[in-house]
Amino acid sequence: MDILVFIQNNIWAIANMTMEHISVVGVAVGLAILTGVPLGIAITQNRVAADIVLYVASIVVTIPSIALFGLLIPVLSIINQGIGWLPAVIAILLYSQLPIIRNTYTAITNVDPALREAARGMGMTPFQRLLKVEIPIAIPVIMAGVRTAVVMNIGVAAIAAYIGAGGLGLLISRGISQTDPRQLIVGAVAVSLLAIVADWVLLKAQKFLTPAGLTR
Amino acid sequence: MFSAKDFSRKLQLLAMLFIGFYISWSGLYDEIATYWEDIVYLTQQHIFLVATSGLAAILIGVPVGIWLSRPAMERSAEAIMQVFNIGTTIPTLAVIALSMTILGIGFAPAFFGLFVASLLPIVRNTFTGLLAVPDHLLEAATGMGMTPLQILIHVELPNALYVILSGIRTALAINVGTAPLAFLIGGGGLGELIFTGIDLMETGMLLAGAIPTAMLAVTVDFLTGQGQFYFVSRGVNPLR
Amino acid sequence: MIQLEDLTKTFSTPNGPVVAADKVNMTVPTGEICVLLGPSGCGKTTALKMINRLIMPTSGRIYINGEDTTQLNKFELRRRIGYVIQQIGLFPNMTIEENICVVPKMLGWDAKKAKERAAELTDLVGLDPHQFLHRFPKELSGGQQQRIGVIRALAADPPVMLMDEPFGAIDPINREIIQNEFLKMQEVLKKTIIFVSHDIDEAVKMADKIAIFRGGKIEQYDSPSQVLAHPANPFVADFVGSDRTLKRLRLLTAVDVRDIDAPVASMQASVEEVLVSAKSHANRIVVLIDADRHPVAYVTADELSGATGVVSDFAHDLPTTVPVGADLRAVVSEMLSHDTMWITCVDERGHFAGVVTQPAVTAALGQKSSSVRDQATDARLANV
Repeated sequence: MDILVFIQNNIWAIANMTMEHISVVGVAVGLAILTGVPLGIAITQNRVAADIVLYVASIVVTIPSIALFGLLIPVLSIINQGIGWLPAVIAILLYSQLPIIRNTYTAITNVDPALREAARGMGMTPFQRLLKVEIPIAIPVIMAGVRTAVVMNIGVAAIAAYIGAGGLGLLISRGISQTDPRQLIVGAVAVSLLAIVADWVLLKAQKFLTPAGLTR
Repeated sequence: MFSAKDFSRKLQLLAMLFIGFYISWSGLYDEIATYWEDIVYLTQQHIFLVATSGLAAILIGVPVGIWLSRPAMERSAEAIMQVFNIGTTIPTLAVIALSMTILGIGFAPAFFGLFVASLLPIVRNTFTGLLAVPDHLLEAATGMGMTPLQILIHVELPNALYVILSGIRTALAINVGTAPLAFLIGGGGLGELIFTGIDLMETGMLLAGAIPTAMLAVTVDFLTGQGQFYFVSRGVNPLR
Repeated sequence: MIQLEDLTKTFSTPNGPVVAADKVNMTVPTGEICVLLGPSGCGKTTALKMINRLIMPTSGRIYINGEDTTQLNKFELRRRIGYVIQQIGLFPNMTIEENICVVPKMLGWDAKKAKERAAELTDLVGLDPHQFLHRFPKELSGGQQQRIGVIRALAADPPVMLMDEPFGAIDPINREIIQNEFLKMQEVLKKTIIFVSHDIDEAVKMADKIAIFRGGKIEQYDSPSQVLAHPANPFVADFVGSDRTLKRLRLLTAVDVRDIDAPVASMQASVEEVLVSAKSHANRIVVLIDADRHPVAYVTADELSGATGVVSDFAHDLPTTVPVGADLRAVVSEMLSHDTMWITCVDERGHFAGVVTQPAVTAALGQKSSSVRDQATDARLANV
């Protein structure tokens, strides 16, 4: 009951925090798509480059988010942005690279060589081939990478409340510091629901973006 | 010959060198050094928390995964895995927070939260790894007169081991990544230096927590990766 | 010896019970290969898998060397039966040696004995033990893996082997090679083997007996030549194919039909002398041989009649010769390609070994007596 009353009284604040949460993740993952997809395509040209990029990206992901914030704060403090929105966006941008680059890379390298051969035989230039054949086939897999990135980073963004980035994590952090189970539970459930809903929506989007001929 | 692995290793060294320069240049080295005793103590606490909760997750998760993969469970296993898959999308901070609402503060809720967060990838990978063992291997094994237990030990687990260890690797990465949050619910560990450092805007203190935490995470990932390389039979090991 | 007695399997399905095997009765004598043949879903695999109880029989008995296997623990039973499947099923996590030693280990052999056995068997199928025993299955070709699959089943020297389309996944050329190797091994090992196949050619080649299944019942259980010569009913005739007579050619060799007493003469013999023997023989030809009994030429009765002198003046070159062990398919093929009604056989040393004529081949295929079948079987085994 307490919890329902709390939600009723704070519905606008919660909605606001949800929007904050979505915007941090949305902006960061959006930027990550803009950098990760081209990078993922580029490294299909060179095996060694691919190994290095994927290795570095996988090391970045192993670093715990709060530690990464910690490492970013002193650097970003130089431009007076140590705390707040920017370190959160940068951290999420970095974390999103691995799933997006890796999925783009594997999707493109896994395109059936026969298709590539056929496209070449029809006189497509490498760029046309990429645009008309490889990317459309790779899109569902790239979307799966985006989905992984979004779900993972909704959790990261929650922790970012501790460095002043706002979002639903704020409810949890206040709930813990004020030992207020209402805020705690509402925050935890809201952020979980956000992740579950985002996962579901992106799954639908992934299916929607799959070319009809690729579904079984 | 130019090898990507060598290059990556050099890159790591270079990065460490850069961090080292950065730290000494900013005069933070001395500052960090003043927290040396805290670092040692909290690192031990941190490792203990990770090790116990991780081990508990392995000891429970693998048998549960095995149990779900048995033919008798065929009907309910998929539904249970669906629930587990939803479970894995729940952010770790939420898991830790919910653990606190159940168990209060201290070691127990921290342990329990980390245990739950690392349990799901282990169960899921054990389950999918065992189901991916081709039927004809099981038929050959049965036809040769192996008992179900012998098949599990000599055929199913060795063939699923790579996938199971991948799950354990993911689980431990999540565990190590979440462990700093344990401080928030009174579980101790290196999170104490990081969160306090952020609150007080003490960069030295912050880094005294963040650097060992990051190093620990990279080390655990490296070790589990090595485990995958050496423990999985060469015949079914994609790394060898 | 394997005896199946009223072996029956009924599966219950949502659409009611389905009888996969219906009172199957058969006896496979010790040392013979019995091929269970039939279209998919005919119950042949079910029958096979009931023997090592991968499928539990609904009713009926199975005896192995006189012992009722119903009484045996299923794990012990299986360890005493070699089992080979189409997908091979080598354990990819184990080395070749470990794969071969699985059953011996379960039977409690000591490690040294098991390893020696592994090396011995690897050698038997023409793979170098030093090179192969410590490799993993993925490092072997498909044909090599299949050979290991077979010797893994032989590891504990079981008296009985069950093979479920063991060579089905191999390309036709390698299949032929492996089948021949296997028959050669079987000649020495004399295992009692039940072998499932859907390929009539494979069955004819491998089997001492063929059991043709339909709808869980045995339609015919007989030797390959008998199945081909006298299909029991229209289904069997249809299944073995309209070219079944041609298929039988593979079951007979030149030895079975050659005329060993066909007349021969030396190049220097007089025409009159040779003409007498040529006329005395239905084929009306005489093969000319040199001093070492190598066939070198021939003369015909028609050209000799009324002539005088030595036969070498009338000699024609022999179009071709065939080894006496060749199967009739090869012999007939040679005859057709050289447009001839007869062909000269030679033994391993190249000596004259008789003549095969088209009428003799036709007569042999038309023959009904079972004695020909037995001769044929013996001859085939002697020549693989």
